[in-house]
Amino acid sequence: MFGLDKKDTSKLIIVACLALLAPFILNPFPTDSALAQFNAGYPDLMQRFVIFGIFAIGFNILFGLTGYLSFGHAAFLGVGSYSAVWMFKLIGMNVIPAIVLSVIVAGLFALLIGFVSLRRSGIYFSILTLAFAQMSFNLAYSVLTPITNGETGLQLTLEDPRILGVSATADGSIPVTNLFGLEMRSTFEMAVGPWAFQFNAGYYLCALIMLAAFYLSIRIFRSPFGMMLRAVKSNQQRMNYTGLNTRPYTLAAFVISGMYAGLAGGLMASMDPLAGAERMQWTASGEVVLMTILGGAGTLIGPVLGAGFIKYFENIFSKINDNVLHTWFSFLPDGMEDAVVFIIHPFIGKGWHLTLGILFMLVVIFLPGGLVEGGQRIKGWLSRRKSKDGGKAAGETNPAE
Amino acid sequence: MDAILLQILNGLDKGSAYALIALGLTLIFGTLGVVNFAHGALFMIGAFCAVTLQRILNLSFELVDETQKDFLGNPLKVKTPYVEAWFGPDIGGSIIDWAVPLAILFAIPIMIGVGYVMERGLIKHFYKRPHADQILVTFGLAIVLQEVVKYFYGANPIQTPAPDALNGVVNLGAAIGMDIVYPVWRVVYFFFAVLIIGGIFSFLQFTTFGMVVRAGMADRETVGLLGINIDRRFTIMFGIAAAVAGLAGVMYTPINSPNYHMGMDFLVLSFVVVVVGGMGSLPGAVLAGFLLGVLESFASMNEVKSLLPGIDQIIIYVVAIIILLTRPRGLMGRKGVMEE
Amino acid sequence: MGILEVKDVGKRFGGLQALSNVNLSVQENSVHAIIGPNGAGKSTLLNCLVGKLIPDTGSVMFDGQSVLGRAPYEINQMGISRVFQTPEIFGDLTVLENMMIPCFAKRDGAFELNALSSVLRQNDILQKAEHMLEEMNMADKRHMHAAAMSRGDKRRLEIGMCLSQEPRLLLLDEPTAGMARADTNNTIDLLKQISDERDITIAIIEHDMHVVFSLANRITVLAQGTPLVEDDPQNIRGNPKVREAYLGESA
Repeated sequence: MFGLDKKDTSKLIIVACLALLAPFILNPFPTDSALAQFNAGYPDLMQRFVIFGIFAIGFNILFGLTGYLSFGHAAFLGVGSYSAVWMFKLIGMNVIPAIVLSVIVAGLFALLIGFVSLRRSGIYFSILTLAFAQMSFNLAYSVLTPITNGETGLQLTLEDPRILGVSATADGSIPVTNLFGLEMRSTFEMAVGPWAFQFNAGYYLCALIMLAAFYLSIRIFRSPFGMMLRAVKSNQQRMNYTGLNTRPYTLAAFVISGMYAGLAGGLMASMDPLAGAERMQWTASGEVVLMTILGGAGTLIGPVLGAGFIKYFENIFSKINDNVLHTWFSFLPDGMEDAVVFIIHPFIGKGWHLTLGILFMLVVIFLPGGLVEGGQRIKGWLSRRKSKDGGKAAGETNPAE
Repeated sequence: MDAILLQILNGLDKGSAYALIALGLTLIFGTLGVVNFAHGALFMIGAFCAVTLQRILNLSFELVDETQKDFLGNPLKVKTPYVEAWFGPDIGGSIIDWAVPLAILFAIPIMIGVGYVMERGLIKHFYKRPHADQILVTFGLAIVLQEVVKYFYGANPIQTPAPDALNGVVNLGAAIGMDIVYPVWRVVYFFFAVLIIGGIFSFLQFTTFGMVVRAGMADRETVGLLGINIDRRFTIMFGIAAAVAGLAGVMYTPINSPNYHMGMDFLVLSFVVVVVGGMGSLPGAVLAGFLLGVLESFASMNEVKSLLPGIDQIIIYVVAIIILLTRPRGLMGRKGVMEE
Repeated sequence: MGILEVKDVGKRFGGLQALSNVNLSVQENSVHAIIGPNGAGKSTLLNCLVGKLIPDTGSVMFDGQSVLGRAPYEINQMGISRVFQTPEIFGDLTVLENMMIPCFAKRDGAFELNALSSVLRQNDILQKAEHMLEEMNMADKRHMHAAAMSRGDKRRLEIGMCLSQEPRLLLLDEPTAGMARADTNNTIDLLKQISDERDITIAIIEHDMHVVFSLANRITVLAQGTPLVEDDPQNIRGNPKVREAYLGESA
């Protein structure tokens, strides 16, 4: 289907199902239940899942295929956000021109930075991208204030021209972002028994774009271009002595992944029209590195999983507090309950980053292929066990477990 | 003229922090060949050693003092630090006052210990892995360390003043008939940095241990073939590098109140310094540290800023990028170190 | 006029004159060996031919065009393929993919942004790569990771990759270094077969005299950075100068 083989098609379908049914999947708990606070099916949260998914998919095209570790990708996301907000200020509130512009601007910016940074490889490349990102961040905070509005961040005002729209709505407020009239914030709520599911226009736009981005990344992975990028990672020397110029290949990968980041930034601004410099900081670049590697760098589905995993548990963990823990462990004797809560306490709530850091280290140390490799190992282990069982109990019918 | 001298001072002062961190980073890179993204975290841990000592010294008991009354007429509860109770208010008071310099003694064993555990427990397993993996795992470690510190000390900066005697300003230009007023502690910091740098260099230059380490930095295999256990020495060097970063952190606390993310803030800069100086070159790291410090403070002069707005924010990165592109081995790096 | 003409090439590294006055003419469709004791400058010369080093003096012409100042990939596109001392292949890729990459380089040039079509739809490339694998007797290994193969197989693969570019000149840098006798003989047979069946010139740098005398129909002896003699194999065997150069090394 769509020019993909069976395996890739099924990956695409899985991701499509996850994305399109997210309002159900992420809202497993009835609204009144005590666990309702662990639902994640809220529009803004779901938007973040898929937007960071796009960011990570793009990052993976660079890092996963070529092995070039960039610590500056947040700069492209930031640039995308700024461009989109400017589009909302100058042109109008339709998200399409804003998204298009953010992708183009981020692509151009990536072309510039990539052209310079890719003259070096390895650690030097990482540090160059780091330096560029930090430079952009510092500039956005200081001299570029007329464009970025400095520390406050770029916001919409009632005075913005919006030549294809209105500066202010009839009731005197700032207009909202829309897709040809469909407001991004509009949400349809569906109540099914005790459950309430929210279907948000903005989320579905992001999800569809993410699917397109994912589909595109599959195509790139399976194309001759993708193969060349893997060859770059494997042996640059052989590339050069096979008549292939590695520079344009890596630069193209860098620009494409920069455009993905810009797309993510543009979508972020389309959902919530403001942009701040902190989105460009190098630690923000670090986050996409975490997502990609946690999920599985170089695999197709890994970055999507990683982004979803991190954003989901960030939400869940930050909501767990001691009270919640006490109810969970109330079956234990009192002293033990307190002890367990005491031990877990540093890792929850605001301690989520600690958990994330440890998890990330464990993945880098023991599971370089990330969650995807973990899944494969479990699958391999299960199938080995199964075949063993099958060997022992030959002739018996396997009960469907 | 005064202004220029002042900027040079400012630069040397900033540069001494850069140089110290970069020195440790280079020691680790040069000896173990590991790119340590957790080095900033070591700097941060050092700073929090000072905070911890200050808190320990300020541990107090409460006494109800019947002679003093608060405004409601109740007897006043007076807090007395144990230190003052044991050594008397004068000596005890000055011990507390000198918490930051004293923290040097406190921090050295702790930092060496932290470095040792880090190397044996984690870094050791990454010698043979690609540099990208080293970056990633130490980046993860940096996150963990800073979150642990945040858990215990909170997210807000903690004031850690210098001793009263070193808290004022001094006119450094008096002797040559000029007016250069400068904070005393920053002068102390500069000389402290020079002392540490000098110490490390003479240690490497004049002791057998240092000689072996230098030989190992140049050619690890040969030294290993001579039957010298280079790994053990490298482990110790990691501890020393951690201690250098930690001491830089301890002494930095009066200049900037420490917070949990100060390590990450310094990390990027110190990597830039290392790269400019030349990966694996100790003199390069020191030179680049001071050089970039001075450049940065000149760039922040109003005259320069009005000419090139924003230059102070980016000068270091611009220099780093130019150097990386034109002379990838940095100012003093050996040819071939990490050039693919 | 040979296909490769090296004139007065010199190269200095600091105080060391690695090459001086190197003149060399490789005739089309010959197998030309460059031999010499350790440190004679063989590898330096080779690196000057493929663009890794630029000589200080002299010229290197391939098929009437200068190669000096061109990047390795450009020189390769002119028709010079290089086989390395330790096989340089794409270890993370499968054997078939390894073979496809030079086919792409031949068809699409140094860079082609072919990002949307599937690799599996490139029938011409697939056919060519499969054909070459069969010729190299490694079709059964096509889905193996290249890094997992034996050294002899890696060497075969590397030679196959170079051949699938249909180069006019194949440069080999000690292709049998570190190989067991059986592997060495296999490689000799393979190279013989290549030179017999194809319209190709082979230049080989070699240490192993057995390999040199089984293959070469022209030999240049390099000593201390400069050519000592260039002659036919039977004349080289008896040449006292050559003996001296080699004996001098072993003495």
